[in-house]
Amino acid sequence: MRREIPLLITGIVGIVFIVQYFIPHYPFGRMSDWFSDWFSIVASCAILLGALNLMKMSVLKVISRKGDWIYALITIACFALITVIGLAEGRDFRDTGTGFSWLYDYVYSPLSSTMFAILAFFVASASYRAFRARNFEATLLLLAAFFVMLGRVPVGDVLTGFLPESMQMSHLATWIMNIPNTAGQRAIMIGIALGLVSTSVRIILGIERSYLGGE
Amino acid sequence: MNEPATKHRIPEFIVGAVLLLLAIVAYIGRRADWFPPIVLGTAASVVVIILIAASLAWILIRTIQGHQAERRIVYLYIGIAVTLPLFMSLTQKISISPEVQTLYNGLAALPPGSKVLATFDYDPPSAPELQPMAETFFRYAFHNDLKVIVIGLWPQGPQQANLALNKILAEDEFKQMNLRYGVDYVNLGFQSGNEFVIQRMGSSIRSMFPADIYGTPYDSLPLVRNVRNFSNIDYSFNLSAGYPGTKEWVLVAVDRYGLNLGAGNTAVQVTEMYPYVRSGQIIGILGGMNGAAEFEKITDQIDKGTRFMLSQSFAHMVVIAFIFIGNVAYFTIERKGKR
Amino acid sequence: MLKCLDHLAESSRSAFLSAAFLLALAVFAPLTFAQDQPAPPLTDSTGEATATPLAPVPPTAVTAIDRPNDAGGAITISWELSTDDAAGRVTEYKILRAEGAADGPGPFTEIGNATAGQNRFEDGNVEDDRVYFYKVAALNTLRENGITLTETTVESDVVGPVESHAQWFNTGRSRVLVGVLILSGLIIFYIQRARAGREIFIRKIAGLEAVDEAVGRATEMGKKIFYIPGSQDMDNVQTLAGITILGRVAELAAQYETHLEVPVSRSLVMVTSREVVKEAYIKAGRTDSYNDDQVKYLTDDQFGYAAAIDGMVVRERPATIFLMGSFYAEALVLAETGNSVGAIQIAGTGQPSQLPFFVAACDYTLIGEELFAASAYLSKEPRQLGSLKGQDVGKGLILVAIAIGIILETLHIWDVSKLFTVID
Repeated sequence: MRREIPLLITGIVGIVFIVQYFIPHYPFGRMSDWFSDWFSIVASCAILLGALNLMKMSVLKVISRKGDWIYALITIACFALITVIGLAEGRDFRDTGTGFSWLYDYVYSPLSSTMFAILAFFVASASYRAFRARNFEATLLLLAAFFVMLGRVPVGDVLTGFLPESMQMSHLATWIMNIPNTAGQRAIMIGIALGLVSTSVRIILGIERSYLGGE
Repeated sequence: MNEPATKHRIPEFIVGAVLLLLAIVAYIGRRADWFPPIVLGTAASVVVIILIAASLAWILIRTIQGHQAERRIVYLYIGIAVTLPLFMSLTQKISISPEVQTLYNGLAALPPGSKVLATFDYDPPSAPELQPMAETFFRYAFHNDLKVIVIGLWPQGPQQANLALNKILAEDEFKQMNLRYGVDYVNLGFQSGNEFVIQRMGSSIRSMFPADIYGTPYDSLPLVRNVRNFSNIDYSFNLSAGYPGTKEWVLVAVDRYGLNLGAGNTAVQVTEMYPYVRSGQIIGILGGMNGAAEFEKITDQIDKGTRFMLSQSFAHMVVIAFIFIGNVAYFTIERKGKR
Repeated sequence: MLKCLDHLAESSRSAFLSAAFLLALAVFAPLTFAQDQPAPPLTDSTGEATATPLAPVPPTAVTAIDRPNDAGGAITISWELSTDDAAGRVTEYKILRAEGAADGPGPFTEIGNATAGQNRFEDGNVEDDRVYFYKVAALNTLRENGITLTETTVESDVVGPVESHAQWFNTGRSRVLVGVLILSGLIIFYIQRARAGREIFIRKIAGLEAVDEAVGRATEMGKKIFYIPGSQDMDNVQTLAGITILGRVAELAAQYETHLEVPVSRSLVMVTSREVVKEAYIKAGRTDSYNDDQVKYLTDDQFGYAAAIDGMVVRERPATIFLMGSFYAEALVLAETGNSVGAIQIAGTGQPSQLPFFVAACDYTLIGEELFAASAYLSKEPRQLGSLKGQDVGKGLILVAIAIGIILETLHIWDVSKLFTVID
């Protein structure tokens, strides 16, 4: 039963979602709405599980003073701070001027932006290391990267300013993005879509059950 | 895999300290009103550029001699390339790409009074790229009497919209226009449920957004009172940084309900959207900072997007230089090593 | 699933155009290059109302029909624009509705408006099986500084009675149904054939072949293995595919007695992953080495998750990192950090925009469908392999359709891509 019930739920929900796509009549549309609502409800409740687990692990680490326990302590402190402030400020905790929004604007936002900005550095180091003219294909990739990188910034047109406008770098970059890039993206998209269909069929039919823990 | 062998390893903390210093200097420069910003004129800028180019040439020479530059040097140069241009007064010519032109044409074809759905599917991390687009969009919309309905499928999206709105409505020009909330623009807030929200908006927008971000009931807002679903929307503008985002809007709103969609995306994911632009499912697209700058140019309002493009130009040049150096290293050091 | 169907319909449509373009490209490449795309003239969008609002000509040919292919509750009203619309003498259209009474329409009330130039309105606020009548009025308003000075309205003839009903089949999606039936039919057919014992060939997937080697390396070095199942929740099929591979990795790790750690960003993923890892340990006969805390939840926040993992990678320097699932901008942040500590990395995702990053920073990358094929590949279970075969035959059909489409559309014989258009 431990396997059968989840498989049954998966099968029924999967089939209802397909059926409602073709049959707008009651009750199918309504049923798919219910199922998506239930997913949101279960996922929101499950967040407690995650948060509790995080706290448990962090507290254990601090008590045992294992390895990097100081980071666990920071995690607990931040968790407690934002929870307490959020709860204390009641329903309007997100309004401007509240302590929560201050933390959001001046701590959370800059930290997240920093992580995203690190991407710029990593793109540079990854291209420095990986873009090598090892063979013909790699050389093609390298050239495409060169033209797109130059063409996507104004300096590209400055450097090719002596050429007629249609030959300038930005046009070349647009051409690369619009034609070879799009063709490749489409091929990958079709493959992925087919993979999704096949995986979905396997899951709905109960053939794929490794996500439930083994065959 | 492993770090290339090198003789001169710069200690991590020095690189970190230099970058931190650059960031602090940049911050001070931005706060121009309480500290005089350091602005380099054209001549000084050219000298700085020559210095950077010369140091890169030196790295190239060292590479040919067999000393490969390590990752941290790349980081250092990217840091310099991004921050220094903030102090330069150089201007660049921005050229308009076809996908920005078509996006603009779609907007320009709207008669005054048209209802535009602006969907904000991003959060603060991607704001540097997407916020300039949002601001330019609002300015254009208010100038041309387009009525804007804001929603967000990301919890922080509607807040980002409000940040942009607050900034623009404080500008003299828009203060004089006496724009009224609920009549000229409205923020319906966030709704969870990803593409299911879009799907249900297809039959009823009210069912997904019974009240706006401030709790005012949908039917008390004159702008949206008569807006039932996508068939009452003339144009939609999506700003997206991931899932749910432009792709979900295309798959559900455009393909099933025939919504007119223009979009702005982060540079990281814009490549994925080109197939939709080419097939006409997206009218036009703005990609990253460059897209923001082009949008500013075409709507004739120079702001952040254009100013930060100089940094982007520098950063791209530095990356290209390092790719070149990397290849020189490959042909002089690594290949020899293999033989 | 429903999303995939759309995706598929869309992708194949784009594939036609794409392929046609490539073909055309071979012939016209130099031309394409040289062609400058001139900016079309910009439309002036600041139309001012005329000084004296004249009564506009009313809209004609008003129709009201039950909106097709829906669950009821909607009536579509359409009309031919007032002849004054183009001249700017219509500011907007008002839609008026009356409920049916015994002797015709009752009193009319305004239920909505449409911008000038629009000729359609959807009334989504009707009850099924009730009779309604409609009128459309053209409005000409004179405004100054946002204040309405005068307003002239002219109404059309009354249309109706009309009722709304729910439909039992969405005819607009019949093409998708055909597509679904063919694809699913093929997949099920080949599953059955495989079950009957037919041998099925599957090509080598380097990234999956390397799983054993990667786990082995961590064992040799006496270091940890990190398994990152993407940053999305369980409703994403890529996450499911990632967790499937986790089962295999956990089993190997249990056999080799190498420590496996699974940092996740969603609570449901945590619960599922624990189940999978536990089963794998039981299967390998190492129940005692399993610990729930091997799978730990970090945060739902995208970059918080990336930062936490980066910290763990830098501090603990794992020998092997798997990145399998759905990733966004955090992809390169994770992969490049893993690369910097010299870990062997195997990645897989169905996010096309993140693939280049993984290819640049990881040792092996499963590209899109390879990730979905992983489960069948690793289990070698005949029914799963059968589904792959069905999928491949489906792809073959699409390729044939693309080839035919290119020929027919290039020669202007028939617009094949119409077949793949799905708009309600």
